[in-house]
Amino acid sequence: MPPAILVSGLWKRYRYGTLGYGTLRHDLQSWWARVRGRDDPNAKLHLRRPPANDAGSDHFWALADVSFTVEPGEVVGIVGRNGAGKSTLLKVLSRVTAPTRGEIRLRGRLASLLEVGTGFHPDLTGRENIFLNGAILGMTRAEVRRQFDAIVAFAGLERFVDTPVKRYSSGMYVRLAFAVAAHLEAEILVVDEVLAVGDASFQRKALGRMQAVAGEGRTVLFVSHNLGAVRSLCTRGLVIADGAIAFAGDTVPALEHYEASLATVGDPLRSSRPAGPLAGVVGFSRVAVRQDGIEVSRVDPTRGFEVIVEGRTETPIGDAAVALGLFSEGHRLFSLHDSTEGVNLPAGDFRSHFEMPSHLLRPGRFVLGVGVRRALGGDWAWIAEAAAFEVSERWDERLLQRDTGALCVSVRAWRETASAGSFTLEDAVAGAGQSRREEGHDRG
Amino acid sequence: MRNAERPEASLRETVIRPASGWFDLHLGELWRYRDLIYLMVRRDFVAQYAQTILGPLWFLIQPVLTTAMFVLVFNRVARLPTDGVPPYLFYMAGSVAWGYFANCLTRISTTFTTNAHIFGKVWFPRLVVPISVAVSSLFAFVIQFALLAVLLGLEALRGGSLPIGPGLLALPLVVLQMGLLGIGCGIVISSLTTKYRDLVNLVAFGVQLWMFATPVVYPASKIPARWAWLLAVNPMAPMVESFRILVLGAGTVTAGQIAAGIAITLLILAAGVVLFSRIEKSFMDTV
Repeated sequence: MPPAILVSGLWKRYRYGTLGYGTLRHDLQSWWARVRGRDDPNAKLHLRRPPANDAGSDHFWALADVSFTVEPGEVVGIVGRNGAGKSTLLKVLSRVTAPTRGEIRLRGRLASLLEVGTGFHPDLTGRENIFLNGAILGMTRAEVRRQFDAIVAFAGLERFVDTPVKRYSSGMYVRLAFAVAAHLEAEILVVDEVLAVGDASFQRKALGRMQAVAGEGRTVLFVSHNLGAVRSLCTRGLVIADGAIAFAGDTVPALEHYEASLATVGDPLRSSRPAGPLAGVVGFSRVAVRQDGIEVSRVDPTRGFEVIVEGRTETPIGDAAVALGLFSEGHRLFSLHDSTEGVNLPAGDFRSHFEMPSHLLRPGRFVLGVGVRRALGGDWAWIAEAAAFEVSERWDERLLQRDTGALCVSVRAWRETASAGSFTLEDAVAGAGQSRREEGHDRG
Repeated sequence: MRNAERPEASLRETVIRPASGWFDLHLGELWRYRDLIYLMVRRDFVAQYAQTILGPLWFLIQPVLTTAMFVLVFNRVARLPTDGVPPYLFYMAGSVAWGYFANCLTRISTTFTTNAHIFGKVWFPRLVVPISVAVSSLFAFVIQFALLAVLLGLEALRGGSLPIGPGLLALPLVVLQMGLLGIGCGIVISSLTTKYRDLVNLVAFGVQLWMFATPVVYPASKIPARWAWLLAVNPMAPMVESFRILVLGAGTVTAGQIAAGIAITLLILAAGVVLFSRIEKSFMDTV
């Protein structure tokens, strides 16, 4: 069977400076300056340095010689840091922009979800928007009609389907938009981080739907910073770094490769720009780990340590909490806030401290996410994989008490045994009763 | 499940390549997206009336005011003749016909900039947008035309003649040609404005200028012989004159002018489609 997606030698170049505001006047000015042998008044100033190759030139390669194949029915997770080229790859695959060189062959219809709710019109009802959005995403009216009841039921909006969507809550809006996208009838589905919408229960539902789509034998390309979702959904992983494929293979080794490539604590963050509504306001410069007063990248688990988050906000943020998330193998272990209620964060630099007790983490690699969340209003900014650190293999009695896992959790656990005469299992099976026992398990 | 029902052989293969050819048009895909054209027309229709009390009546205000102004300025003050037709009918017919074309052109000329957000997120044949605009602009035209028909009927009751004949069947063809020319000019301008933003400011002025070069406020019969070539190179001139002949029974147009008009319309449309298809591939990198 031929591959569903065949990408060969794909390159994509972007130019700096010329973006957008090319005006006829500027072009005429440049031309007039050339005629008189003067300097072009509109020559580009290199305000932003190209991140990769060709430093100093006016363009950079967002994709550089990318080749891969995806077999029909495969679910491929694409991971990489912000700016690595993931979104560019998806845009080229979805035909939103053309490649500079190379070729892509797709077998079957490709539907791309770079965003949910593209083309929704606030004055139209839910029903009208389902048809319009479905058609924008490439479905015919007959196909939308066939899926209509499933879409409405999935979004849970049966009662509001004839209400203009401008009267929807933002949650309802997102649910409807995702429901349309989730019911696309395409052989190849390209999904960019759209699962990061809605509340937690809807996210679970959305993830379940993605799993069902994958189970139907359709080909899925899935970009996400939610490494846990990538781990549970995908059969293969692609790691993209600096516009090229750094690793291609099974999901677990791909995620390991990616986590190993993250900035270690203490270094300046490779990408300080967070996601979220406060992204333009807050930036993070550094995440550091300090043990016994010195900065480290490997932590001794038998002693306490401190995580320090440094950042800056351009404008004051009211009722803000700086948040720290701890991840292991793509799973979020827990989140911490530097204040529960949220206190005002004045404009300027800030530094938050998070004290970790000893014996909290087991040896292994951990990834830190940092962000700011407003207690009221819900605005946030978040860098999912800001930095990583290691917990060294140093064991002591308290760590040895537990077998595996990432966290060392102390919960009360006890045991009763029948042989001590204090206990009988009511439903004990004759002959087996003696060896049965009830046991408390540690979590973690 | 759906996938399994579909035999492997029927899967269409899509090849994505760099934007190199000028004639990489994909017009077949436009046909596959015909439902999207319908739904966008519907969206425009619903969205325009959802919040207005008078709804479609708003469309009548524009030709009525324009006609009143034209009657005052060009007939009463400037004393321009109107081919023997009552001035208000003459001006209204001209401005209804011109209005449809100008409306198409102006709305389509901002296709890329007003849809940048959608275009950046999902692919569909971009020509869907200008086509749906040309179709949805027909609503205003039909309503304004209905007003014109009512006024013609009243005029006939007062003793005038009603020039209804089989020629009226040719009217949709004239409207179609105006729509095609509107699309053609609109997509040329929208393609150029992706690079030169300030062209947008010239569009309104250019349309105004074009109107005065077209027999809208004066009859073609009054054009001096040395300016007659204007009627041949301006495709809107024979169209507005044909429109008046079909509706009012007065006007001057030659078969040669009509043929030249059609040829120029098709030429602009073809150039527009080629330019537009070229721009749509790189557009997202320049906005």
